Amino acid sequence: MTTDAIRDAAPLASHPGKKKGGAGKPRQKVKYNRREAIAGYMFIAPWIIGFMVFTFGAMIFSLYISFSNYRLVTNTATPAGVANYAELFDDPKVMVSLSNTLFYATLAVPLEIAFALVLAMLLNRVGRGAGFFRTVYYLPKMTPSVATAAVFLLLLNGNTGAINEGLALIGIQGPQWLVDPDWVKPSIVLMTLWGVSGTMIIFLAALKNVPRDLYEVASLDGAGPVRQFRTITIPMISGAIFFNVIVLTIAALQTFDQAYLLFWRDQSNASPESSLFYAVYLYIQAFRQFNFGVAAAMAWLLFMIIMIITFVQVKFGNRFVYYEGDKD
Amino acid sequence: MAVTSSAPAAVGVKNRENGVQKVRTTDPVKNRWYKPKSIVARIVLWVVLVGFAILFMYPFAWLLAASLKPRGQVFDNALIPDTVLFSNYLEVWDQLPLISWMFNSIAIAFLAAGAVAISSSVVAFGFAYFKFPGRNLLFGLVLATMMLPGAVTLIPQYLIWKQIGLLGTWVPLWGMNLFGSAFYIFLQRQFFLGLPRELFEAARIDGCTYWGMFRRIAMPLSIPSFIIVFIFELQASWNNLQAALIYLNAGSVEDFTAPLGIAYAMTKYSPSAGGQGDYQYVMVASLVITLPMLLIFAFGQRFFIEGIATQGRKG
Repeated sequence: MTTDAIRDAAPLASHPGKKKGGAGKPRQKVKYNRREAIAGYMFIAPWIIGFMVFTFGAMIFSLYISFSNYRLVTNTATPAGVANYAELFDDPKVMVSLSNTLFYATLAVPLEIAFALVLAMLLNRVGRGAGFFRTVYYLPKMTPSVATAAVFLLLLNGNTGAINEGLALIGIQGPQWLVDPDWVKPSIVLMTLWGVSGTMIIFLAALKNVPRDLYEVASLDGAGPVRQFRTITIPMISGAIFFNVIVLTIAALQTFDQAYLLFWRDQSNASPESSLFYAVYLYIQAFRQFNFGVAAAMAWLLFMIIMIITFVQVKFGNRFVYYEGDKD
Repeated sequence: MAVTSSAPAAVGVKNRENGVQKVRTTDPVKNRWYKPKSIVARIVLWVVLVGFAILFMYPFAWLLAASLKPRGQVFDNALIPDTVLFSNYLEVWDQLPLISWMFNSIAIAFLAAGAVAISSSVVAFGFAYFKFPGRNLLFGLVLATMMLPGAVTLIPQYLIWKQIGLLGTWVPLWGMNLFGSAFYIFLQRQFFLGLPRELFEAARIDGCTYWGMFRRIAMPLSIPSFIIVFIFELQASWNNLQAALIYLNAGSVEDFTAPLGIAYAMTKYSPSAGGQGDYQYVMVASLVITLPMLLIFAFGQRFFIEGIATQGRKG
């Protein structure tokens, strides 16, 4: 993602009409206007300061904390070696929350992609009224997560909830969504799917860009709807799929609000362990138990995991993504 | 994701200055939509669309109904309450300090949105207009920060605010927005790149300062993308539970933001925590904090849609 973005970062008029040259091409020496360069640094200075303090500085600090025993009361940090990282493997809850989160992401991301794509394809086929449906489908995304949680807490109630009442109408005995450890994560997936419309909009924008003549030619050649979907739609929007998979995966691995609001709001710890998400446990470690060292180590482990997963997705995805630019 | 760059450039800008952008030649009107040919397919399409619309709207209807019910009936799932209690809407203000929560949330949201929209715009102009050594590297760094999970910097940021003595104030909930934010910088920069460079050269010849170029030309022209950034951050801030939990949870209940307050109310009324199950107040409060967002969407829909579609194109 980033490398393309950087390539895309071609500044105003500095690469006149041409993409960056091949690897063998010698770099041209760019002449900078001193005054202009200084002004440029002045303009980006707010970001540089913020980055140095709240991102880069904070990362170094975080790394330091993860290798020390930080005591909030006295504001002191004593070296702890790798004890905090060892703790990650000793504390079974860390691994439980990690596997819960990975399981959730594996379940949620494909469903989100599929559902958002179905919705976008439906919207793409309707003329008048598309705006109305798009608005209706988008409203859940505008709802604050805390309001969503307050409603779904009652909708998902195993005995009296509307969802099980609805399932009963078609003869299905609904599960105890919020109590049964096996159904905790599907409950959160359901809430996430309700707010899937951001992904849908991205797909819709991509679908609108697929030239209609491709479908016309294909249907003249006798390709049915399924074939057209597989050989035209999917390749033509593969860039959007790729982008959504990466973004949704990163978001899923950091799921906090829903799990916290439904299960870990109060400190009773009565909720099933299968509802313990990584970000929630990290929060509990840091801000309920004030184990800053362990929490920082957890954060770095999460960062590593996200990096590895994203790297694999990018490597794997690049083989499937159809880049229009490659033709030139 | 280069495929995405073949889309019309973000935010109504038709064509990028430097011609890197390839402009699609398909007739846009013809390409806009195509309806199914057979009448049966059209009916099926509409039934499915309406069915999904009902599914998406149901929780809102349920919420509205529940907010009007007396204590014992909140769980009955009736969309038309047996007993309609408009008094819930009056009592909630006594039951919960909702008015202060709303005030805190509104103030923080506007501070957060204003700060990030202005700062990101300044930084984006720096990256879009000026040539200086290391620019592309630095911009790559801006984009790379989007990958960083918030958890990594959470604790140090908390300790920084603690050190400065600002824990329990609003500042940690919006202060970092003064330094710009990666996605918004990207979005604003895309917009600035679409402005003709001659505009600035001409102003330069007329003796305009660099700041004047930003203030008098770039800013006024970038109002659409400015609004996108503003309302995106307004929503993000309004929705932000975790920061409020970390920075305000230890303080008094009146100082909570709306999301934190409702999370608190959910526990307060929960029978397992000694409450009496007065969930109707939670429902009223949830509805009250959702309405401003629905209103913003009603008025700013095209900005949201454009902003999100741009996200997909960021490649």
